[in-house]
Amino acid sequence: MSDTTAISIDNPILDVDKIRADFPLLSKEMGGKPLIYLDNGATTHKPTQVIERVRKFDSDEYGTVRRGSYRLCEHSTQLYEEARQKVADFLGAPTRQEIVFTSGTTQSINLVAHSFGRKFVNSGDEVIISNIEHHANTVPWQVLCDEKGATLKVIPVADNGELVMEEYDKLLTNKTRIVAVNHVSNALGTINPVNEITRKAHAVGAKVLIDGAQSTPHMKVDVQDINCDFYTFSGHKMYAPSGIGGMFGKMEVMETMPPYVTGGDMIMQVTLEKTTYAKPPARFEAGTPPISQVIGLGAAIDYLNAIGMDKIFEYEKSLLDYGTRLLNDIDGLRIIGNAEEKAAILSIYLEAAHPHDIITMLDQDGIALRGGHHCAQPTMIRFGVPATARASMAFYNKFSEIDALAEGLRKIIKFFS
Amino acid sequence: MSYDNELYQQVILDHNRKPRNFHEMENSTNSCHGINPLCGDDITIYLKLDEAEGVIQDISFTGSGCAISKASTSLMTQYLKGKKVDESRLIFEEFHKMVLGDFDPEKQEHHLGKLTLFMGIREYPSRTKCASLAWHTMVGALDKKLEGVSTE
Repeated sequence: MSDTTAISIDNPILDVDKIRADFPLLSKEMGGKPLIYLDNGATTHKPTQVIERVRKFDSDEYGTVRRGSYRLCEHSTQLYEEARQKVADFLGAPTRQEIVFTSGTTQSINLVAHSFGRKFVNSGDEVIISNIEHHANTVPWQVLCDEKGATLKVIPVADNGELVMEEYDKLLTNKTRIVAVNHVSNALGTINPVNEITRKAHAVGAKVLIDGAQSTPHMKVDVQDINCDFYTFSGHKMYAPSGIGGMFGKMEVMETMPPYVTGGDMIMQVTLEKTTYAKPPARFEAGTPPISQVIGLGAAIDYLNAIGMDKIFEYEKSLLDYGTRLLNDIDGLRIIGNAEEKAAILSIYLEAAHPHDIITMLDQDGIALRGGHHCAQPTMIRFGVPATARASMAFYNKFSEIDALAEGLRKIIKFFS
Repeated sequence: MSYDNELYQQVILDHNRKPRNFHEMENSTNSCHGINPLCGDDITIYLKLDEAEGVIQDISFTGSGCAISKASTSLMTQYLKGKKVDESRLIFEEFHKMVLGDFDPEKQEHHLGKLTLFMGIREYPSRTKCASLAWHTMVGALDKKLEGVSTE
């Protein structure tokens, strides 16, 4: 018996069969074949604990938040704020007031670009991103820099998918206002050295935003340890409902920022002449929030905590190592992104077949993967490929599913040659 | 092999492997760049038109894409070479409607010849643009769309 099988059979870290029983969708079939879901980087499925919590809230407890003084509303508000506390604890934030709910990472980054950016980034200033960012952490900064006459600088990426930190050192100047990079690259899986990136940015007086869309579902995050100013996340990538996400923002920084979206609930006082704004986080939560989704997010965090983020990371790492070994044995297959520190993402390029053909063919075997540029076209351009097929794993994936992926890819190569 | 034979037929695989008329064209009279921003398919169509006769004298392409888009472009160039411009536009209409499932060449009179082999793509809504990109780009070349065309 080889080492790899030993990992798959004797792995004591997680009882995956028991976990899978929590996810109704994972037992579905696709065209008569068991669904093998490997597109967790795009979105994740929800455990019964989340689905049922939202259902119970909607059927028995639902009320608006922060607006009324009747009991239904008070109860809703309490649950809503408890969920905020859960997020704060999950991210290691000092206080729950430093957690802002948004629709997700995209809106969180736009919030910072519009609010912080409009106020503090001016003509001649500089913003730094990296070459392996999602479009959500690229376009808002491009637009800001265009509007302000600021310069967008880009940390280059090495052939193995790691950021070239010596080049980052050279990009930082006293004109740098903000550095925005992801914790984990959605296209390559690279785990970036966010502590070092933050420390160096602070040394020149710049603020730091970390895009945590791909890290929060898969590893322990501690925003105080990173010491970043903003940390963004998306609920639907961490087993919570879609339409909810948020960010951590240091209170001392958020207090200096103007509102981004205006309206109800973000005000202190409104007269027809003048409005004064509420303190964060309310300042950034105009309008009635997605209340049920927030409750669902809290339930998802409870679920993740019950398993344990360290265990989740360790198990997914063993899936990644197993998959990497298996796929590296396939002739004509290239894994794009081989960083030393990597999350469970395999970006696959076949000489024989285009990613879209790969996806259609794997789909016929019940295997769901994402094919395309992963909203990271600058990354694809850097690596000289039009697109890749991406397998992004979660703690509910089995080793046998990785076997099926490898077998499916071999079959495709054979079919096309 | 257990793949849906309607989608990945031998002809399509053959044209993917050995695309016909796959080169730049010197002295082209019309050309157009077409992209599918969702998947990154990227092609350029070159035409040599006989304006007086209204005939596509020559047609070729360059670019990159999936098997469906490459084979569709290759087969289109074969099929349209020597055809009248008006007829080519009509074939585009029929082909476009066929891949969207709005035109059934098995039941309706058509001018698609062997291009009906792309009929199966109507079962794959996410892939119809792979098959139609070439055609949109060809029409863009006829119309001299300098800004190029996009499927989105």
